[in-house]
Amino acid sequence: MIRVQAMPFDPGGELNIFTAHTAGAGAVVSFTGIVRDVAGGLAGMEIEYYPGMTEKALGAIRGDAMQRWDLADALIIHRFGPLQPHDVIMMVATASKHRKDAFEAADFLMDYLKSRAPFWKKEQTSDGEDWVASKAEDENALNRW
Amino acid sequence: MQVLYFAWVRERIGLPREEIETTAQTVNDLVAELSAREERYALAFSDTSALRVALDQELSEFDAPLDGVREVAFFPPMTGG
Repeated sequence: MIRVQAMPFDPGGELNIFTAHTAGAGAVVSFTGIVRDVAGGLAGMEIEYYPGMTEKALGAIRGDAMQRWDLADALIIHRFGPLQPHDVIMMVATASKHRKDAFEAADFLMDYLKSRAPFWKKEQTSDGEDWVASKAEDENALNRW
Repeated sequence: MQVLYFAWVRERIGLPREEIETTAQTVNDLVAELSAREERYALAFSDTSALRVALDQELSEFDAPLDGVREVAFFPPMTGG
């Protein structure tokens, strides 16, 4: 399942629901992304997205993972709009009969979300606000797959 | 066609989307046409290697043709996750 939403969500609760409905699989891996502290203090963050394309891109990334690994299901939830420090930004979860598939697929989903999902982060600090620059290492990470 | 701008591209150009009548054959042609219009476009498009383009919501390239394309979006490299 794919969800793009402004509303906060509870990653523990979401993981419990995901785990319950993939109970037969035997292995569940999850990753949660949280707004981190930055030098100088982060006042907040704004996430912009591309309605329509973002959902399509997430669906395609999830579809690739489902094809590539033996997964019972894969979940992606990503927020947009204003966020506060320590807010949950996003989560992914994968369920498989095989631990390795679940770990690898979750890692793959995160690598692709970083640089192929249309989201843009803007950080607000006491110095003002600025768009987060993409990192070469995030682009290079795609070569692993 | 609809042309959309996101993140700092949107801020530099000063609007999120606009309807554009164009005979541009490729994305590069469209960029040249927009850049010639006004300084704010020229500034936003000064270095297309720092930009990404999507055609009808699929990532594409600047030398791609615009035949039949209804929606073009310009944005900086994505920073999801």
